[in-house]
Amino acid sequence: MQQLSYFELVGFGPNGWGWALLTAAGMTIAVAICGFLAGSIVGTLVAWGKIGGNLVTRSLADGYTTILRGIPDLLVIYLFYFGGSAALGAIGSLFGADGFIGVPAFATGAMAIGIVSGAYQAEVFRGAYQVVSRGEIEAARSVGMHRWLLFRRIIAPQVLRYAIPGLGNTWQLVLKESALISVTGLVELLRQSHIAAGSTRRPFDFYLTAAVLYLLITWVSTYLFQRAETYSLRGMRRAS
Amino acid sequence: MDFAFMRDAFLTLIGGVPLTLNLAFMAVGLGAILAMLLALMRMSGLKVLDWPAQGYVFVFRGTPLLVQIFLIYYGLGQFRPVLQEWGLWTFFREPYWCAVFALTLNTAAYASEIIRGGLQSVPYNQVEAARACGMSGFLLFRRVVFPIAVRQALPAYGSEIILMVKATSLASIITMMEVTGLAAKLISQTFRAVEVFIVAGLIYLILNFIITRIIMAIEWWLSPHLRRPPAVEPRLEAAHV
Repeated sequence: MQQLSYFELVGFGPNGWGWALLTAAGMTIAVAICGFLAGSIVGTLVAWGKIGGNLVTRSLADGYTTILRGIPDLLVIYLFYFGGSAALGAIGSLFGADGFIGVPAFATGAMAIGIVSGAYQAEVFRGAYQVVSRGEIEAARSVGMHRWLLFRRIIAPQVLRYAIPGLGNTWQLVLKESALISVTGLVELLRQSHIAAGSTRRPFDFYLTAAVLYLLITWVSTYLFQRAETYSLRGMRRAS
Repeated sequence: MDFAFMRDAFLTLIGGVPLTLNLAFMAVGLGAILAMLLALMRMSGLKVLDWPAQGYVFVFRGTPLLVQIFLIYYGLGQFRPVLQEWGLWTFFREPYWCAVFALTLNTAAYASEIIRGGLQSVPYNQVEAARACGMSGFLLFRRVVFPIAVRQALPAYGSEIILMVKATSLASIITMMEVTGLAAKLISQTFRAVEVFIVAGLIYLILNFIITRIIMAIEWWLSPHLRRPPAVEPRLEAAHV
């Protein structure tokens, strides 16, 4: 059998894996975005618990961020993957279905990423909230704004503005963490490369391609976050 | 919650701790040397040295660690005849060395930026003062620049070490039986994900807690100037009799 050249292998020809890899890269981005958004919701709630809550919510939120940042992400993914199917199996057996019920890998992955990145985002949001000027919040109260309106009009826009650099870092973490989802069988970029490497016996070529695609995604998203940061600061006076 | 099972699981998983720590310390130790080199390359002011180091950091920080591990463990197998010829195959055949190698390359990229930040934070007047006393070259680096840089970089380096302890869990994917590897095996044998997760998580938390404390102790030891001065004992005898 004649050896295919590298470009035939990862190209879009009859023997090429190009489309498969691109689709898988799309899946990586999709699962990372879903996980990141889930993490934003978790992070907002946890940050709220840390800032505005009482002793109980504060210690719960502190415990959450300490624990999730102290254990490997892979363990969390295993918990969701195996634990999720065990829980579904238990629920299923109530309705008379028996045997193993698999949780959709995409949902497992997005949830696991959300739970982990939520801990990081909570710290980012908390740090950003501390920068919002107390006077503005007082002013909003004095004109009679209620909690939700105050949050929507005053706090959220400013926290987001200060949080963009930190969120950018978290996004990079999420993107790299999404590679771990491949252990659950979700066909994202790394999993697809693994499959291709197995069937062509050219592991180096495929993992290298995967690495390049990851770099590309990182690079583009760094650029987008920078654009967002400049845009969000357009009305601010620079200290310089 | 089955506590008898959790105790057994704890006893099983604790067997993976030596390997976890071994991987983490090998990677951090070897990575620190490489990171120092990279940081010096970036600060050399020579483009020939600066650019490769910058590219290295970009590549290793921009790709997932798991991809790097696979690239080394599975990917290099593609060049097996060449590696055998060079006598490197015995090294790249072993999952342990592949894991150490990948973790080292990865942590070096992150650590080099931390070290560079530390070196750059050394106030220039300290260097000037040292030069005025006649220090230069290695002596200046060893006595003035390096100690100040280490103190500055230590907190960030501490979190990098914690990240590395967590990152060793990825070695379980290439068959290393450290804590996460044992946990995954135990989960697939018993299907008790929650209990095993709690026990394994607890082990990692304890490890990381101890490491954090050690780093805090080193930080305290390195910054005597920030400590409150010891209270002066009042003299018992009158000063002038």
